[in-house]
Amino acid sequence: MFEHLIFGKLTLAAIPYHNPIIMGAGGLMGLVAAVVIGSLFYFKRWKWLWNEWLTSVDHKKIGIMYLVLAFVMLLRGFSDAIMMRLQQAIAVGSHAGYLPPSHYDQIFTAHGVIMIFFMAMSFVFGLVNLIIPLQIGARDVAFPYLNSLSFWLSVAGAMLVNISLVVGDFAATGWLAYPPLSELAYSPGVGVDYYLWALTLSGAGTLIGGINIFVTIIKMRCPGMTLMKMPLFTWSVLCAMILVIVSFPILNMTLGMLFLDRFFGMHFFTSGFGGNPMMYINLIWTWGHPEVYILVLPAFGIYSEVVSTFCKKQLFGYAAMVWATAAITVLAFTVWLHHFFTMGAGADVNAFFGIATMIISIPTGVKVFNWLATMYRGRITFATPMLWTIAFLVTFTIGGMTGVLMAVPGVDFQLHNSVFLVAHFHNTIIGGVMFAMFAGYTYWFPKAFGFKLNETLGKYAFWCWVTGFYVAFMPLYALGLMGMTRRLNHYPASTGWHPYLVVAAVGAAIIFCGIIFQIIQLVVSIKQRERNIDFTGDPWDGRTLEWSIPSPPPFYNFAITPVVAARDPFWLEKQAKLNSGKLPEKPHYTDIHMPKNTASGFILSMFGAVFGFAMVWDMPLLSIVSGICMLVCIIARTFNYHTDYYVKVAEVEKIEAAHYTKLSESENSQVAILSGA
Amino acid sequence: MTTPAFNTTIHHIQHHDASSKVIFGFWIYILTDCILFASLFATYIVLYNNTYGGPGIAQVTSLPYGLIQTLIIIFSTLTFGFGFAAIYRGNRNQVMFWLVITFLLGLAFLGMEQQQFAHLLHQGYSWQTSAFLTVFFSLIGIYGLHILVALLWIIILMIQLSSQNLTSMMKTRLTCLSLFWNFLNIVWVFIFTIVYLMGAIQHV
Repeated sequence: MFEHLIFGKLTLAAIPYHNPIIMGAGGLMGLVAAVVIGSLFYFKRWKWLWNEWLTSVDHKKIGIMYLVLAFVMLLRGFSDAIMMRLQQAIAVGSHAGYLPPSHYDQIFTAHGVIMIFFMAMSFVFGLVNLIIPLQIGARDVAFPYLNSLSFWLSVAGAMLVNISLVVGDFAATGWLAYPPLSELAYSPGVGVDYYLWALTLSGAGTLIGGINIFVTIIKMRCPGMTLMKMPLFTWSVLCAMILVIVSFPILNMTLGMLFLDRFFGMHFFTSGFGGNPMMYINLIWTWGHPEVYILVLPAFGIYSEVVSTFCKKQLFGYAAMVWATAAITVLAFTVWLHHFFTMGAGADVNAFFGIATMIISIPTGVKVFNWLATMYRGRITFATPMLWTIAFLVTFTIGGMTGVLMAVPGVDFQLHNSVFLVAHFHNTIIGGVMFAMFAGYTYWFPKAFGFKLNETLGKYAFWCWVTGFYVAFMPLYALGLMGMTRRLNHYPASTGWHPYLVVAAVGAAIIFCGIIFQIIQLVVSIKQRERNIDFTGDPWDGRTLEWSIPSPPPFYNFAITPVVAARDPFWLEKQAKLNSGKLPEKPHYTDIHMPKNTASGFILSMFGAVFGFAMVWDMPLLSIVSGICMLVCIIARTFNYHTDYYVKVAEVEKIEAAHYTKLSESENSQVAILSGA
Repeated sequence: MTTPAFNTTIHHIQHHDASSKVIFGFWIYILTDCILFASLFATYIVLYNNTYGGPGIAQVTSLPYGLIQTLIIIFSTLTFGFGFAAIYRGNRNQVMFWLVITFLLGLAFLGMEQQQFAHLLHQGYSWQTSAFLTVFFSLIGIYGLHILVALLWIIILMIQLSSQNLTSMMKTRLTCLSLFWNFLNIVWVFIFTIVYLMGAIQHV
């Protein structure tokens, strides 16, 4: 009894010490954590970590932390992927493969959850945080404290997913946890509970983040930046945040109802007592379909910035781009049923949703043609971000066409739940979202850190990713047409699928090389940062406001709030030679209003993680204590009346002057080198 | 010296701006809460006939009872409104007084809800009985949870008001609370319609 009060369902048996794969992975995670913690002690960096990062409310630092989270989760999600590819490449006929079905099911669930919620979403929010305030000429986001809270809630969710690897197990239900399979009767373990709490925590974080960025864009643009003068990345993020605001409450409520079913024995989605599992499937996809646009709209924004910068041209058809983005935003809510044409809605309803789905390809097509038209007669520089963009145009078009194909309900009845579908959405998410994230990462890296990434290694990574993608996923289209269903752990040799799956596994290995090159690129670039350093703040000859300030930007971003008169304001300024890169003659600085750092978001989220863990394992004492701690954190924050301060003019002057001195010194030395040669 | 005067106007504008950002952000939050309720309402509409041999909507609701709850909650909007008018008059004591009255009305509403739940449980009907009772208890219960949060919020703001006076920050916070309270009232109107009125129709 007393034991249950403290430990709940948790016993030592929850740790799968007899499974070498899991223990190996867990040991590796522990090793990495030990190395990180050890080096923090060794270099005495705890105070630095706490003051500069964990408690920071600076949008740039939060953005960077989001990117770190995204890369870590990319490694985790990719190791799941490569394990699945390996299993399918060997588990044919009499060979059972190396993964038992129960473990394999957890792996494909974890792969989907991690890649969507913790890798792609973190990547999007990382770049959004890093760039949006800079692009609109703002000093921070609207609610800096909530921004820190959003990030740490995502971390809390990611922690739960990773803990589930070692303590207990993860859901084995597929990434959307359809009931009745995910109900207590069919998934009695803690896997689905881990799933629910990880996504509830990170979902709450995403929702708060969505509101925050939306208010930032609406309320904090610099003078003169009307809606139709916003950079396209800002536009696409605005639309994506509208989707977050409208769709994430549905996700949170739906997961909440599944939790009520499992925890209180309710009957929302059970197969008995009048429950209705289809209700869950409808609700989860009214969130789920907008979610893919939440990922891909910012990606479209990144391509738009990259294509106009590296073609030295204003983006072709700006207004058409904006309207296409807005149209996609609205249409995103009218197509959810195409995810389950086969589940009994009937011909008329299917026809409606099929046609609505096909209509979405029109604004998307408009965008593709606009990017092509921007490149037409442009002076194209084939830097890495531009390579990703070109690869995207080809890859995403193929993915889009297979999507339209599946939007035909009759065709979908053949392809539903086949690996054709798997190929399709990887085609759009890797070719659309991931390529954009890598383009954006390379493009804005010098803005965040003050030096460029190594271009050669970036190109190696690019070619590995693109080749690997085609080798890994084109066979899946063929396999889907041959009738192979998704999530198979084992298949008979007579199907003839084996050679294709071996090819797909080779493709995954090539992508793996791409990831290795990206890691090497990061390490080498940091080591050789003096060689790729950029004092100007504008390494790509950019067009938008973020390039008009030093890299990395001072913590207050803009010493003087810019005033904008047209699109691509910084480009026009450079053309008119207004911005000489020199210190203005008599800069009129004023005191700058900034938020203070706070530990509240971090502490609250860590209690959230403890609360989630306690709820997963039914630990009454711990859940009550951590729940009360969360409440106290929230209330205590409201009693803090001094959350901001003013940066004095003298300090601003000092920081700005230091930047311009360094800039002119570097220019002089360059001139000296040139004249010497 | 013109510079300090210039600076204070800038500061003033920024603080004013902060308050407008908070209130706009809170409107957006209310939109998200609205959608949260919308998904619950949709589920209610889909599931409310699935009584699975248990009691139906007509058996578990009573129109007069729901009507009293409705009147209490609508009256509380009025009392909060009086409190809000007192904010504009700058009269802190009156604000406190009306907050207390609103709090008591909210408490009375919650008490009635608790009575209703206790009565059903006493009759042997719980949220485990059928899908209808699942969604009935959840809809009303989640609404009650919102009211509970609002009551907690009222207490916190009263504590802060006692030391803070009616500063612009406190005004912003009271405005957000007022938005939240009014939003909850509007949601109740919908709950009254699809639960109590629909129950009365089925009863006939």
